[in-house]
Amino acid sequence: MAAPRTAVDIEALSLRIVFGVLAAIAMVFLVGPTIVVILTSFTASESLRFPPSGLSLRWYWALLDADQMQRAAWASLIVAFWTTIISVVLGTAASLAIARSSSKWVRAADVLFMSPLLLPALAFGFAALVFISRMGFSPSLTFLVLGHVIVCVPFVLRTTTASLTQLDPALLDASQSLGAGGVMTFRRVTLPLIAPGVASGAFLAFMASFDNVPVSLFLSDERTEMLPIHLWQQIDTNLDVRTAAVSGLIVIVTLVLMLIAEQMAGLTRQVR
Amino acid sequence: MTKDDSPLVLPLAALFVALFIAPLCVLVALSLAKDANIASFTAASYVKFFTDSFNYSILFETLLLGLKATLVCLVFGYPIAWICARSSARLQSIIVFLVILPILTSVVVRTFAWIVILGRQGVINQVWTSFGFEPLRLLYTEAGVVMVLAQVQMPLMVLPILTVLGKMDPNLGDASRVLGAGEWRTLWRVTIPLSLPGVIAGCILTYTACITAFVTQTLIGGARLIYMPLNIYQQAIGANNWPFAAALSVIFMVAVLVIVGVLNAVGRRSETYGRA
Repeated sequence: MAAPRTAVDIEALSLRIVFGVLAAIAMVFLVGPTIVVILTSFTASESLRFPPSGLSLRWYWALLDADQMQRAAWASLIVAFWTTIISVVLGTAASLAIARSSSKWVRAADVLFMSPLLLPALAFGFAALVFISRMGFSPSLTFLVLGHVIVCVPFVLRTTTASLTQLDPALLDASQSLGAGGVMTFRRVTLPLIAPGVASGAFLAFMASFDNVPVSLFLSDERTEMLPIHLWQQIDTNLDVRTAAVSGLIVIVTLVLMLIAEQMAGLTRQVR
Repeated sequence: MTKDDSPLVLPLAALFVALFIAPLCVLVALSLAKDANIASFTAASYVKFFTDSFNYSILFETLLLGLKATLVCLVFGYPIAWICARSSARLQSIIVFLVILPILTSVVVRTFAWIVILGRQGVINQVWTSFGFEPLRLLYTEAGVVMVLAQVQMPLMVLPILTVLGKMDPNLGDASRVLGAGEWRTLWRVTIPLSLPGVIAGCILTYTACITAFVTQTLIGGARLIYMPLNIYQQAIGANNWPFAAALSVIFMVAVLVIVGVLNAVGRRSETYGRA
């Protein structure tokens, strides 16, 4: 009787070991680069060797004089800010329709709104540039923000629609039978309940916009340089340690924002 | 007594018509045009693409690159989702947090980290040469690109699988074991078939993200490894050949749509299989 029992246990164990090892390698693989960036950014030397030979904040101080980088960071923040605002307003409105309507037009619109996630963003950026120059316009902040909205709004739609479908319709009926109008019900019942979904979507959209290269490459005007593009060119041409400091700063700010999003909106539950 | 909310979709729909559908239509027109003025039409750009082996081999290499990176994501991502689905709620949050960390960190920054890791004097080569081996060439190679793409896009594979595994009735696994199937058999015959919709969704997202990952492909692949996004960019900006860049974009998008369509069809079949 004992023999088959152990055989099963060994089998169970082997699966756990194989999956455990694969998952462990994958987790090191996933988290490793982030740690490398943070540590490298505190290096005391002139080189990007890892591990750094000494720790210092000198490259962070050097950022204070990096005018070009500061301008690029500022431009990216402004674009990401407006992109997020527009994505949240238009995206939440559209989500209300998508979650509640079964009309085939709304279904088709849903597929359309999600398609920028799948199609090559670079092809879209090029198409948008071709289109606006055919219309007689030239790239500008407005077009850049609207182009970002197209590729960032899917994030808001996904998390918001998901929270809306979990919303108990009886709550809306109750609100309305107690005499609240549509707007009142939305403000006092729907919005507070879907707020974590909207907030998570807004966070994802902000990060996606701040990080966007393919659309910005085509739609930003010649005077404005966006931070990811500036960094990209730095990395491609003369890799200096200030790049590491900006990267470290971005990673640390992202981590802090993620922790806040997790505390306030349960980010890790919203993205599933 | 709920009123119809459908009109709320209109503002976003208007934006998409004006700045997504219209540009794509103009792109198709441009791809068939003689020059950037779109005055007279010709199929020359498409003929050029399909008769020039340099160009269609780039498309082929790009589609193959996506396949390799997606397989790496699947092999490493499935175990993460499997273990995560069996963990406590708290541990689940931590795992998901670590999994989405790379996708939220700026892609340029992530790629920069990999340059520090993969470079000639990078972390991997320091360990490797300390054993007395010759330094490995990792940057500017396809293996390097696959590795970095897999890290960057892994969350897109893990999250959909996790969603499906989390909803799966744990009794099914128990039933399989009670009926005498071992753990591996339960995995192959019960868990994996039932999680196929999540696997397919993960593959679609990972694959499309990998083949269109312009920044990662160019920074890790360098100038000699050319994939479709860089090819489009070079034709549009470098060579200023707009009709050809448009044709490349259209061909690339059609290829992506065909692959997504096929995977979706497989996904729908796998859902009916799961229910049966």
